Amino acid sequence: MSKYSLIKVKYMIKKDLVIIGGGPAGLCAAKMVAEANQSCMLIDRNQILGGQLIKQTHMFFGSEKQYAKTRGIDIAEKLVEDVKKYSDLIDIWEDTTVVGLYQDKVVTVLKNERYVKIQAKAIIIATGASEKVLAFENNDLPGIYGAGAVQTLMNVYGVKPGHKIVMVGSGNIGLIVSYQLMQAGVNVLSIIEASPKIGGYKVHASKVRRLGVNIETSCTIKKAIGHENVKKIETIKLDENWKEIEGTEKEYEVDAVCIAVGLTPLTNLLSMIGCQMKYVSELGGLVPIINENHETSIENIYVCGDASGIEEASSAIVEGYLAGLHACKKLGKFHPKNDELMNEYHQQLTNLRNGPFGEKIRIGLKKQGVCKDVS
Amino acid sequence: MRIKEHPILNFKEERKVIHFTFNNCPVTGYEGDTIASALHALGIKKLSESMNLKRPRGFYCAIGNCSSCRMIVDGEPNVKTCVTLLKEGMDVKVQSNKGEIYD
Repeated sequence: MSKYSLIKVKYMIKKDLVIIGGGPAGLCAAKMVAEANQSCMLIDRNQILGGQLIKQTHMFFGSEKQYAKTRGIDIAEKLVEDVKKYSDLIDIWEDTTVVGLYQDKVVTVLKNERYVKIQAKAIIIATGASEKVLAFENNDLPGIYGAGAVQTLMNVYGVKPGHKIVMVGSGNIGLIVSYQLMQAGVNVLSIIEASPKIGGYKVHASKVRRLGVNIETSCTIKKAIGHENVKKIETIKLDENWKEIEGTEKEYEVDAVCIAVGLTPLTNLLSMIGCQMKYVSELGGLVPIINENHETSIENIYVCGDASGIEEASSAIVEGYLAGLHACKKLGKFHPKNDELMNEYHQQLTNLRNGPFGEKIRIGLKKQGVCKDVS
Repeated sequence: MRIKEHPILNFKEERKVIHFTFNNCPVTGYEGDTIASALHALGIKKLSESMNLKRPRGFYCAIGNCSSCRMIVDGEPNVKTCVTLLKEGMDVKVQSNKGEIYD
C-alpha cells in the first residue's frame, strides 16, 4: 500500500481567494489583493517563489514600470519581498502542487505528501507556460533540452548542459539563452532558424553575432544521432515553401542541443475546471476565452500571465496586477486607488503590446476575445 | 560540467557535499542541487527509459512539466528528479517502466 493512501485530511480549508502560481503574474496579483486588504492563499509547486524569473540573468527591456534594466533574478527577489510584507494577509504555500480544480471552486493540493482540499470563492490561475517540442528524428535523445531547461540548469544550479551546443530557434529566448551559454563557457556552434528571418530583437542577435556565432536562417534540424547521448545533429536548408532542400544537409558534432521554438500556455487546470478554450496560434496554442477583466467563462475564475496566452514577463506582471484588482473588487474589497490603478495598468498593457513586435499578440488577443488593452 | 566562473552569478562558494547512490554506485552532488542537476554535473544524462521501446530519456524542461526525468528514488517510482532536491543517502535508479509502488 502506498504511503499516500494512508494520510488524508478530512476537513476543508476555506479561503476567499486562491492564487495558483507564484511567478510574476501570481505574485503581482497577490500584492494587489493584499493592498486592497483582501486575504488570499498563494500556492506554488516550487520550493521558492518567483517562477521562471529566478533563472533570467539578463536585464529586462521595456518600461521601468515593469522593472526594465533590472535582471530577472533581481525582479523575482523584489516581487517576493513585496508579497512577504503582507504575511498577515497572504498565506503562502510553497512546494505545493495543485492536483485538481473543480467547478464548485474546490482546489485539491498535494502538500508534504498530504492531500488537502481548499474551498475558494474566487481563484486566480497564473500557472505560466511550458516549452514546446519540435518533431525530428531522435528528438528524445538525452542531451536535447528546451531552452528554459538549459537556463535553469546553468543559472540556478550552475551546471553546463554540455560543451558544444547548437541552438534551434532565433526568437528572443533562443538568442538570450545562446548568450547566457557563452557566459557559462559553453561553445555555441550555431543558431539555426527555420524562418527566413531572425525572430528576436536585433539587439540580442547583434550581441551573439559580435561574439562570432553564426545565425543560419531557412535552416532546420533534420535528425539527431547518438546512442545514449546526442553526439551529432544533421541540419538542412528550407526553401521559401518550408520544404527541405536535398543536398544541403550539414553535420555538427555536439553534446547538447537546445530547442527554443516557443512556449505554450499551461492550461491543464483551466481545462479541468471546464473553462471555454480556443486554439490561438499567435498566443502559443490552447488558451482560455476571457473577458476584459481577465475572467474566464466561469464566474470568479480569473487567469493572468502566460497561462492566458504567451507574452513577456512584463505583461504578466501587469496582467497580474489587473487580475488581482478585478478579483478582489468582485469579492467586495476595493483597492484604495482602484480606478486610478486600473486605468494605469490597462494603459501599460496597451503600450507593451504596441509596435511591430506586439502585432502577433494583438491579433491573438482579438481572437481570444480581449479587445481592451490592444490599440 | 560545473560552471566555475560566471560574469553575473557566483557559484564559487564552498557548498556542502551530498552523498547518494546512482544505480547502486556511490556518487556525490552539492547541497542545493536537484537530483537531475547533480547527475548532469557527473555527466549522467540518461535518467529513464521509454515505457515500450526502452529508448533512453533525459530531462527536457527541468521545471517539472514534461516528466521525462522520472526516476526511482528510495524505492518510489515516477519521482520528477528535475525538481526534487538531492538529500544525503538517497538511492536513485534509472526507471524503465510505468512504475510500481512497493511496500
